[in-house]
Amino acid sequence: MAIDLDKGVYLDHAATTPVDRRVVEAMLPFWTERYGNPSSIYRLGRDAAKALNGARERIAGILQADPSEIIFTSCGTESDNLAIRGVAFAQRARGKGTHIITSSVEHHAVGHTVEQLVKKFGFEATFLPVDHYGMVDPDEVARAIRPDTVLITIMYANNEVGTIQPIAEIGRLARERGIPFHTDAVQAGGALPLDVNALNVDLLSLSAHKFYGPKGVGLLYVRKGTPLWPMQTGGSQERNRRAGTENVAFAVGMATALELAYAELEQTNRRVQALRDRLIAGVLERIPDVELTGHPTQRLPNSASFVVKYVEGEAMLLNLDMKGIFASSGSACTSMSLSPSHVLTAMGFPPEIAHGSLRMTLGKGNTEEEIDYVLDVLPEIVSRLRAMSPLYQPAA
Amino acid sequence: MYSDLVIEHFTNPRNVGVIENADGVGRVGNPVCGDMMEIFIKVEDGRIADVKFRTFGCGAAIATSSMATEMVKGKPIEDVLRLTRKDVADALGGLPAHKMHCSNLAVDALRAALHDYFSKHPELLPAGVRLEDLAPPPEDSSAEEA
Ligand SMILES: Cc1ncc(COP(=O)(O)O)c(C=O)c1O
Ligand code: FES
Repeated sequence: MAIDLDKGVYLDHAATTPVDRRVVEAMLPFWTERYGNPSSIYRLGRDAAKALNGARERIAGILQADPSEIIFTSCGTESDNLAIRGVAFAQRARGKGTHIITSSVEHHAVGHTVEQLVKKFGFEATFLPVDHYGMVDPDEVARAIRPDTVLITIMYANNEVGTIQPIAEIGRLARERGIPFHTDAVQAGGALPLDVNALNVDLLSLSAHKFYGPKGVGLLYVRKGTPLWPMQTGGSQERNRRAGTENVAFAVGMATALELAYAELEQTNRRVQALRDRLIAGVLERIPDVELTGHPTQRLPNSASFVVKYVEGEAMLLNLDMKGIFASSGSACTSMSLSPSHVLTAMGFPPEIAHGSLRMTLGKGNTEEEIDYVLDVLPEIVSRLRAMSPLYQPAA
Repeated sequence: MYSDLVIEHFTNPRNVGVIENADGVGRVGNPVCGDMMEIFIKVEDGRIADVKFRTFGCGAAIATSSMATEMVKGKPIEDVLRLTRKDVADALGGLPAHKMHCSNLAVDALRAALHDYFSKHPELLPAGVRLEDLAPPPEDSSAEEA
C-alpha cells in the first residue's frame, strides 16, 4: 500500500485524533432532528434526556461507576479544573486544610490550576519529583501527606513521554488516609483500563478527542461522597455540579467513541504497539546519539518519544512537515514561552538535551509503510541538521 | 506561522559550513532559549569576501543565519556594522513576534566575527567604531534590544 503524502503521515495522536466515522454518524441526529433540550418536559426534550443519560450509562459501564457519578464537561482541561478547584474549595470550607499534592510532570491543565490555588487562593502544594523515566514514587507520595492534605492529583499517563504512573498504589495510600484522589486520565483514555475501583480513584478526567471522539467534550468521574463545589453555576444540570445546557450530540459522541475504543482495545493496542516498537527500534538503530524518553515498558502503547542530541526540535518538525510527517516536540523553541518542556526538565534533562525533543504518537490509522517511510526520512533530516550544528563533532 | 521565504531559507540555507583560516570567527549563544551560532568571515579590501555559518536552533534561527550571511556577502564592512535584526527579519518577510529574538543570533555573531577580526587588525577599525561595541553580548543579557 502506498503512502498518501497529501493526507500526510499523522504521528501526533497525543495532540488529537480524527473522529471515527461511526462516532460522526451517532452524533448527527442530535443537531437537526433530535435537537431538544434535555431539561424540557415534552417528548422532544425527554428524547434528548434519554440520549444524554444513555450516553452517561454507557460510559459508567466502562468505568465501573454509577451513572450519577459522571459529569459531562467541555474538555479535559475543564474536568481537571473542576476536580482540583472544586475539591480544594469544598475541603477548605469544611476545615480540612489547604495542602495539595501533585507531580512535577502534570499537564498544564492540572499544574497551572494548582499553581493558581497557591498564588491567588492561599493553598500550599507539594510538586513531587519524578525519576529519569518520569515516574512518581508512591513512597514519596506517602511522605508528602500531611494532616491538612485535602487533595492528591497525579496523572495516569504522561502526554509528553507516555510514562504510566502507579495510580492504583497511590490511590490506596490516599484511600487509607481519607484524602480525595484525582487522576488526569486524558492520555490513558482509550488505551488503558479505566475501572475506577481497581484504580482506587475518587475523581478521573477524560477528553473525547484523544480517543477518536470530537474536540470540546470531556467528563469528570466523581465518586459518591467526594466533596466538590461546582465551578460553573446556573441551572441544575449535571446534578447541580456543572450548569449549562448539555451538549447531547457530543455526550453521545463521547460515549460512542469510548465504547468503540474499549470494544476494540486489545486489537488496537496490539497493532499500534507493534508499529510503535518498530519505530523506536528503528530510530535507536539508525540514528546515533538518540535516547528514548519516558519509561521503557511502563508507557502508553502508542507513544515514542526521544531526545536527539545536537539538533533542535522545531527544526526537525519543520523538516518532517516538508516530508508530510506530522510530529511534535517539547523543545524550548517550539514553545511560546521559549523554555524547555517542564516534563523533560523534571526528568533531569538539561536544556541543551531537551532542545532535541521529538515526540511521535501513533494511532489506529497508521501503517507499517508509514513507519518505514519515517525511518527512511528521519536519519537524513537529523544528519543534515547536525552537519549545520556547531555542537556536533562527528566521530572521526 | 513562518513566511514562505523563511521556509525557503530554512530548507535551502545558503553559506552553511566552516571557513578554515577565517579572518574572523564569531560564536554566540542565545540567552533566551539556549541556541548557538558560529559565523566565519574572510575579509578582503574592507569587504566580506566570504562568510559561512553553523547554527543550532529553530527554523527562524537557521533562516535568519542564512539570510544574514547572504545580506553581507561581498558588502563593505561599514554596511555590515549597520545591519540590525530588523533588517534581517524584514528581508525574510517578517518573523512571528516570539521569534524576533532568534534574529539577534545572526547579527550578534556577525559583529562578534568582526570583533575577532579587528582585535587582530586594530589599525583597520573604521573611524567612529569602538572595538568594545562589537563584543558579543554577555550570556545573561536581555535579547530584546536590536
Ligand atoms: C494529560 C492531558 N491532560 C489534559 C489535556 C487537556 O485536554 P483538552 O484538550 O480536552 O482540554 C490534555 C490534552 O492535551 C492532556 O494530554
Ligand atoms: S532559536 Fe530558539 S526559538 Fe529560535
